[in-house]
Amino acid sequence: MSIHEIFAALENSALGLSIAQSSVLFPWIECVHVLSVAATIGMVFVMDFRLLGWGAHRSSAQKLMAELLPYTWGAFAVAAVSGFLLFSSAATSYAANIAFQLKFVGLLFAAINMLIFHFVGARGIMRWDEDKRPPAAARIAGTVSIICWVFVIAAGRWIGFTG
Amino acid sequence: MLGLHQWVTPAVQTIHILAITVIMSAVLLTDLRAIGWIGRDVSTRQFSARYLPWMGITLLILLLSGAVLVTSEPQRSLGNQMFWLKMGLLLCAVALTAAIHWPILRREDFWQQPGRRIALRTLAVASLGTWIAIIFAGRWIAYSAR
Repeated sequence: MSIHEIFAALENSALGLSIAQSSVLFPWIECVHVLSVAATIGMVFVMDFRLLGWGAHRSSAQKLMAELLPYTWGAFAVAAVSGFLLFSSAATSYAANIAFQLKFVGLLFAAINMLIFHFVGARGIMRWDEDKRPPAAARIAGTVSIICWVFVIAAGRWIGFTG
Repeated sequence: MLGLHQWVTPAVQTIHILAITVIMSAVLLTDLRAIGWIGRDVSTRQFSARYLPWMGITLLILLLSGAVLVTSEPQRSLGNQMFWLKMGLLLCAVALTAAIHWPILRREDFWQQPGRRIALRTLAVASLGTWIAIIFAGRWIAYSAR
């Protein structure tokens, strides 16, 4: 089964069809998607701003991330599920949409940046945990993260304007 | 006029959504702190001092970007009941936010007085619910009949 056939099967499934044919399901799922995306990316920005040295509600960067990450992942899970439901209503046309494809490139870069920070950039975190201005590696990770997520939002908004 | 430039609407909407992410996280964090779910080792005043300015600046960006969107397509919003519901909810949200933070900034232990914790929690839950309703109403503008 090719990827295209999988997407075609998805949009012709009971799930995809019921969302596409209902007049209220799509907007309601979209509401949940916008809310969960806003919560996810907003929390990520709070952590990024801390990495840039703009401060947060507590001084310890480690404690801040330990406190916010469970909520961030929770919101991300809701965004992923609601996003999948929206996708299922017209899977083949979304998959062919350039803005949609770019959104996932942005997500991929955000994930890579996060992994690099987690395994490389955050290794010496104990040394600067309480510092108002973290070292360059952390500031770069924060900047790249912000750029990636701004791009993801812009690409996501452009999906509706791209044929 | 803006309709001629096809990228302007999505670009302004992107700015609008970016501001929503920041205001939503600021509201979420301060309200969760008020409810007592997060950051109990940090004072409510520290939360307010940190995130209230973010809310102020992003609210300004939201009003400005929103005004551009309304101006470019007035009939889409001004004749739309969802738009006016959103504006009404926004007034409620601003009032609730002020009701939570104004006392904290004037007197740090205001909400610690006996019997006031439950009032603070109620305000925080109402605030969170109202901001979520604003996001929902905003999305429904696109689907609501004029």
